[in-house]
Amino acid sequence: MPLTLAWIALLFALASALLPLLCGNRNRAIKTIAFLLLGLAGLAGIAGGGLALLQGASYNLTLPVGLPWLHSHLHLDPLSGFFMVIVGLVTVVAAVYGPAYVREYEQGPQFLLPLTIFTALFVLGMDLVLLAADAFTFMLGWELMSISGYMLVVYQHQHERNRSAAFIYLLMSHVGALLILLAYGVLAGFGDGFDFTHMAAAQLSLGWGSVAFALALLGFGIKAGLVPLHVWLPEAHPVAPSHISAMMSGVMLKVAVYGFIRFTFDLLGEVHWSWGLIVLLIGCASALLGVLYALMQHDLKRLLAYHSVENIGIIYIGLGLSMIFASNDLPGLAALGLVAALYHSLNHALFKSLLFFGAGAILQQSHEHDLGKMGGLIRGMPVTAGCFLIGCISISALPPFNGFVSEWLTFQAALQGTALKSGILGSLIPVAAAVLALTGALAAACFVKVFGVAFLGQARSKQSLAAKEAAPGMLIGQGILALLCLVFGIFPTWTVGVISNIPLMLLGVGLPEATAGGWLWLTPVGAQTASYGAPMVLLGICLAWLFVYLRLHPRRRKTSVQVGATWDCGFGPLNARMQYTATAFAMPIRRIFQPVWPIEERIEPETAENPGGGRHLKVGDWAWQKIYLVIGRVLLASAKRAALIQGGNIRVYLAYSFVTLLFLLWVIV
Amino acid sequence: MNGWALAVIQAGLLAFGAPFLAGWVKWVKCKLQCRQGPSPWQPYRNLSKLFRKDIVISEQASPVFRMAPYLVFSVTALAGSVMPFVAIGLPTSAIADVIVLVGFFALARFFLALAGMDVGTAFGGMGSSREMTISSLAEPAILMAVFTLAMTVSSTNLASMISHLLVEPFQLYPSFIFAGMGLLLVTVAETGRIPVDNPATHLELTMIHEAMILEYSGRHLALMEWAAMLKLMIYGVLIANLFIPWGIALELTPLALAIGLVAITGKLAVLGVVLAVAETSLAKMRFFRVPQFLGLAFILCLLGMLSHVILEVR
Repeated sequence: MPLTLAWIALLFALASALLPLLCGNRNRAIKTIAFLLLGLAGLAGIAGGGLALLQGASYNLTLPVGLPWLHSHLHLDPLSGFFMVIVGLVTVVAAVYGPAYVREYEQGPQFLLPLTIFTALFVLGMDLVLLAADAFTFMLGWELMSISGYMLVVYQHQHERNRSAAFIYLLMSHVGALLILLAYGVLAGFGDGFDFTHMAAAQLSLGWGSVAFALALLGFGIKAGLVPLHVWLPEAHPVAPSHISAMMSGVMLKVAVYGFIRFTFDLLGEVHWSWGLIVLLIGCASALLGVLYALMQHDLKRLLAYHSVENIGIIYIGLGLSMIFASNDLPGLAALGLVAALYHSLNHALFKSLLFFGAGAILQQSHEHDLGKMGGLIRGMPVTAGCFLIGCISISALPPFNGFVSEWLTFQAALQGTALKSGILGSLIPVAAAVLALTGALAAACFVKVFGVAFLGQARSKQSLAAKEAAPGMLIGQGILALLCLVFGIFPTWTVGVISNIPLMLLGVGLPEATAGGWLWLTPVGAQTASYGAPMVLLGICLAWLFVYLRLHPRRRKTSVQVGATWDCGFGPLNARMQYTATAFAMPIRRIFQPVWPIEERIEPETAENPGGGRHLKVGDWAWQKIYLVIGRVLLASAKRAALIQGGNIRVYLAYSFVTLLFLLWVIV
Repeated sequence: MNGWALAVIQAGLLAFGAPFLAGWVKWVKCKLQCRQGPSPWQPYRNLSKLFRKDIVISEQASPVFRMAPYLVFSVTALAGSVMPFVAIGLPTSAIADVIVLVGFFALARFFLALAGMDVGTAFGGMGSSREMTISSLAEPAILMAVFTLAMTVSSTNLASMISHLLVEPFQLYPSFIFAGMGLLLVTVAETGRIPVDNPATHLELTMIHEAMILEYSGRHLALMEWAAMLKLMIYGVLIANLFIPWGIALELTPLALAIGLVAITGKLAVLGVVLAVAETSLAKMRFFRVPQFLGLAFILCLLGMLSHVILEVR
């Protein structure tokens, strides 16, 4: 039954890609059919994946298609089911949000059709990756996802920025895909088969295991956006249409996390502790650098993209802890780390797509993506502001919303580090927890900046002042996600109980302790060790609020509320330019963590067209300057060297062919 | 049911005792500086007067501005209600462990900072920016300190931490000394006291907390001020009960509770004097010196954690 539903999801996605082709140029029909079928695909995915997850069972299917010697293997187990639910949730919301959002593109120079076709293929590819049970099907789905992702990023290809971002994305995706292919190759070589059962049975030496692990970590890491492989993310997310950014950031990165979990926990077999340590360190670096780079951005969608790097880092911290515990024969704690990482994957999908949808609404209504031109949007767009605020609270890991629960679980896993025999690991893990704490606090600072600058205060441009609330479909989409953020924050016990089917399958141990206290209490290790009563927290806040509000209600107090001008120190009216800007807000942090960014700062002299001079500030990314530009230079230089053999003389070329032939003959014979 | 009633009474005591602590610190400080000084009860008079006053709200203010005081106060009060104040073993302490407690403060601060940004003045933005910067450095240090303690007693639940320390035979843990010193430094930063912030200043270049609440008046201002006092109180109780746990009521008998109340009052009074002495003898720091101050706190907590791993495990 679950696998059938998953099939239906695939078919709906395919139909959503193909059926609108029959509509010709009628935008309305295209939109209706494509998004309706996309939504149905999402719903079927949620149903199928959810059933598999709840039942904790695996379903297998072999199709007689594919390569001549390799049938296509499909499976649906709790792990793929869980990620299928994530894909489904965001897809459904995107289908609700999309029709109103793409209205903007109808008048644009592009046809609508490519957008809907590749959105559907994108979802199809992700679902296929999750269902795949052999390397060939997996890579097929992976490439479908990557290439349709490219088509979506490059959709508005009249802009130079979009083309270059899409090219970087495509290039890095393919390097990543190559590495993943090689990683599967190592496993397939030892396991004598391309399907996952053979691969899981492969006996690897530590050396070959490490090679396979390193290839997988890099390959999936590029797609997930780990530091320093993250550079495509902040380029591609801002230029894609917002509902696509939401899906890329919320879901596609999770598919990469799925690939990594599947490869490491399921296929690779015995995990070595040093791999776990590497994952933990990379996770810490990604989390911290991601949030620090995000703080310096003033393009809203670019900022959110850097936050994806941060959150992927947090997920990898959980995975690293889980791997370290698993390699030290502590499966119960490994399960805790894995559950924390999976829970955060779900949460990140929800709040990050919520924030991207919010950014899309702002973009559509005010045509601004620069924080420096926003301000006061809460007046024109109160509903969007409310939902965006919930997203901000959730991503900043504040109780009682969902982001807090998963970070709390990660902290709990880290605090059990003393159970390890190695003292070095035991003292490194709490430091990782401190990094996580710093990350969370900086994220809160960053989202105070975002919300404060974009929605509060006075409008900094005419467009922001004129911004009106977005269409109902877009609001409903955001409302659903905001509600889910709250629900998954308030009922963590149920969620953890369901997710623990995954470690039960992968590690043989669930988290029986976590749900022992009933639905009200989340007790991951034991009631004495730590407990969190999320529903009680919400109830407590509401009760305290109600009490204070009723005690102090104006009618009882007989005190009036007058509206007056803001205090201007007696110097005359305040204007929008006197407010703190996003750059100013982040300045203390920029000064404290100075070496983290390549900062270009200078005062520009006064000129005729720029009276009063100006101040130039550019905060770059070290990864570009120290790694990618260097690689680019080396590649160009070696290409120039290699160009020497191209003399343009036909006789020389014939000689090359002759030598090559001789060489090949020598090799073969 | 008994326990819940006691928990509510305890939370009330904490909330209504908080202004006295703030007044006490100020009184001791004035005496140390050979000034007359207002009586320790003055904060109550200030609050009740503010509650009776009319409110003026800026025309730029959004709903966030009007919501924030209530939210900040309720979240801080909720944080107070999960603290073991007079007794441990009350049902509320299971709602939140110490990480959630830090989360509560972060939530309150989030809305405080948003309220500062709301009316769109330079002061508010400046205060919010500084507050978020300082807190983002302070939060890891706090968590590091409580992690050190949590690893020693293998629990993050405040009540079980304290009861574990009381039940086990007394032992001087080196890690506790480091963590305690670190936590003291962080508390100064988090509650906005000298040398990090000056609660008495309205000088634009130095204020942090006051800058954020500059636009508030009437009951909104009262709630914000009260929440700040409550926060000081909660940090005081946290330090007092974690590092000097003796005296807290282990069972819910009237005698034990009375002893508990006297003990915590005494401990807080002493802590208040310590804070007043520190505030009198130190000068306010330049803002960009604060990271070094908090770095010191973090290093102390880190040393505590390392000494726990090296000296105390097994």
